[in-house]
Amino acid sequence: MRFSEWLHEHGQAKKSRDYNFAFINEAAKREIRRKILKAVAIPGYQVPFASPELPIARGWGTGGLQITLSLIGPEDILKVIDQGCDGSVNAVNIKKFVGQVTGVSTTTDTRRATIIQTRHRIPEEAMTRDQILVLQVPFPEALRTVEPSEAETRRMHGEADYSQMWLYLYEDIVKFGEISIGARYPVTVNGRYIMDPSPIPRWDLPRLHLAETLFLFGAGREKRIYAIPPHTRVEPLEFEDVPFRVENFRGKACRRCGSRTTFLDEIIDEASGNRTYLCSDTSHCDKLLAQQDEQGDCACK
Amino acid sequence: MGYVAVKGGEEAIAQAGRLLAYQRLKGTSKPLEVVQIQEQLYLAVDRVMSEGSLYAPELAALAFKQAAGDTLEAAFMLRAYRATQPRVGYSLPQSGEEIRIIRRISAAFKDIPGGQVLGPTSDYTLRLLDFELLEDTPRRRRAFMEALGQDLVDAQPLPLTFPKVVDILRKEGLLVETIGNGGNGGKVFDITRQSLTFPAPRSAALQGITRGETGGLLLLAYTNMRGYGDIHPTVGELRVGYLPVRIAHPHSGEPYSIGEVKVTEAEVIARFNDAEGSPKFTLGYGLCFGHNEIKAIAMAVLDRAMQSPEPKTPSEDQEFVLSHLDGIDSLGFGSHWKLPHYVTFQSDLDRLRQTQEVGTEARPGSGKKNAI
Repeated sequence: MRFSEWLHEHGQAKKSRDYNFAFINEAAKREIRRKILKAVAIPGYQVPFASPELPIARGWGTGGLQITLSLIGPEDILKVIDQGCDGSVNAVNIKKFVGQVTGVSTTTDTRRATIIQTRHRIPEEAMTRDQILVLQVPFPEALRTVEPSEAETRRMHGEADYSQMWLYLYEDIVKFGEISIGARYPVTVNGRYIMDPSPIPRWDLPRLHLAETLFLFGAGREKRIYAIPPHTRVEPLEFEDVPFRVENFRGKACRRCGSRTTFLDEIIDEASGNRTYLCSDTSHCDKLLAQQDEQGDCACK
Repeated sequence: MGYVAVKGGEEAIAQAGRLLAYQRLKGTSKPLEVVQIQEQLYLAVDRVMSEGSLYAPELAALAFKQAAGDTLEAAFMLRAYRATQPRVGYSLPQSGEEIRIIRRISAAFKDIPGGQVLGPTSDYTLRLLDFELLEDTPRRRRAFMEALGQDLVDAQPLPLTFPKVVDILRKEGLLVETIGNGGNGGKVFDITRQSLTFPAPRSAALQGITRGETGGLLLLAYTNMRGYGDIHPTVGELRVGYLPVRIAHPHSGEPYSIGEVKVTEAEVIARFNDAEGSPKFTLGYGLCFGHNEIKAIAMAVLDRAMQSPEPKTPSEDQEFVLSHLDGIDSLGFGSHWKLPHYVTFQSDLDRLRQTQEVGTEARPGSGKKNAI
């Protein structure tokens, strides 16, 4: 069945008067889906795509948005987060736009969503095989830190010539005693390509490894799509004697739900100047809180 | 508190939009009609069409109005609109020789076949503020229109087309046909359908620079002209006029004219030493929508600069030039830094604290830029 017929059957052929369902015209969507298939077939490889402009600015999630718009159907349930938060203005803006041009229902519940679009975080709750996580990517090229030329980095990937990257990490250790990369920590995918996981914290990297879920990465401005299919090895670059480490929240807890096992935002209290912490994944935090209410105990007390 | 500030959500966005519209409407002047922008601020309209990569004067004027005169924003709106339109087909290749001229000059020869046609230009006007424009009235305009052309004697209509100046050099064999032509199997590349890979074929390079941001183009071209490069351009010919657009008739395949677009075309001539070291002339080419002479010239200089066999300066490096010229890309990325970056910053804080604990030699200023 053609997509347009299917849409018609579902009675949602056009939501917005002047624009196609999910905004992008069908030919362009097909191209994006073809590129996604190629990306899935070659895990971690950056597939160039045409990346037409959207009414949201380049650098504001247009790569992820194009993937979402090209995959979404009327029955999908969408969740959008920015910095782990559903209520962040940019997330709200993107969700509103997709809602306007598709009429799909949205949720803040990680478990309920069929497609989750995100910037800078992976949800704390484990995702399933029936879900897709779409990540917004500012810099698709992990090697850009060591080589500014695209022609050259493509050659390096082609020949798996990653010596400069390893040297960079080694020099970092020599200089700082630690690898000083914060977020956007490079990984090796399926033992082949070095990949930029988008600016997620190191905390989130283990969740990409041998996961149930399909991860799709879209860089609109740089016109690249790449993917990590389910059950794919994703290994952060590390040395035998200097292992990869996630962010350290030892002794810290969310002041709202009391969680000690989630990525935390550091909050500086205006009045007292004290540092406190809150869960970055707000919907997960809400869930933990609700569970505690049911059980009648609050970890934060 | 900082945490709550970003969670304004839908209501805050809607109110911010209303406040923005209010800024444009709060004055006491009459509403600006789109047709006024189209007719009286036509150079802005031309610039928006060129950078927005869509020939649509009315929509460009609308975008300019909506963006309150910000050409970058207006070009962005036009480009976003363009992306929603299906690709109907491709026009046939067209020679600049067929431009219906309103202005053409050459800096290479004093006397050119067909003659120099100065046309509408501000080149020789004194840039003195015309205070009379403060009192711009219909009566004053009528008086100007009535006087216009009255003192012209023996005015001849312009011929429909003019011969190309650079063809003189071509006939004499002084012009080396452009290096780096071809690529993409000889087919014309379409940068709206394929993403660029480098080295890019010249058709892709020209498309990339013709939709480039005017200021960005001029800056890069100027670096080359001024000294970070070696192009000393002579304007072989600069044309402004209307270029016919033809498509192949869907049934007969015959060329069929569907209209014309206002364009500026520049051909610059620059010297080049071939492999044996003997000097030849080469051509740099620029063509953009609308009347925008500085853009066309900058484009031609960059086109020529990017043909340098061994790039030594930024403006000669094709990847450098083509990757940074697009105003819509650079505007978007430049402004995205306003978005929250707490998570990456938190991650960087963690590294900084850790390296300070571990670090015996942690030096300020040598940290990596990872907060994206």
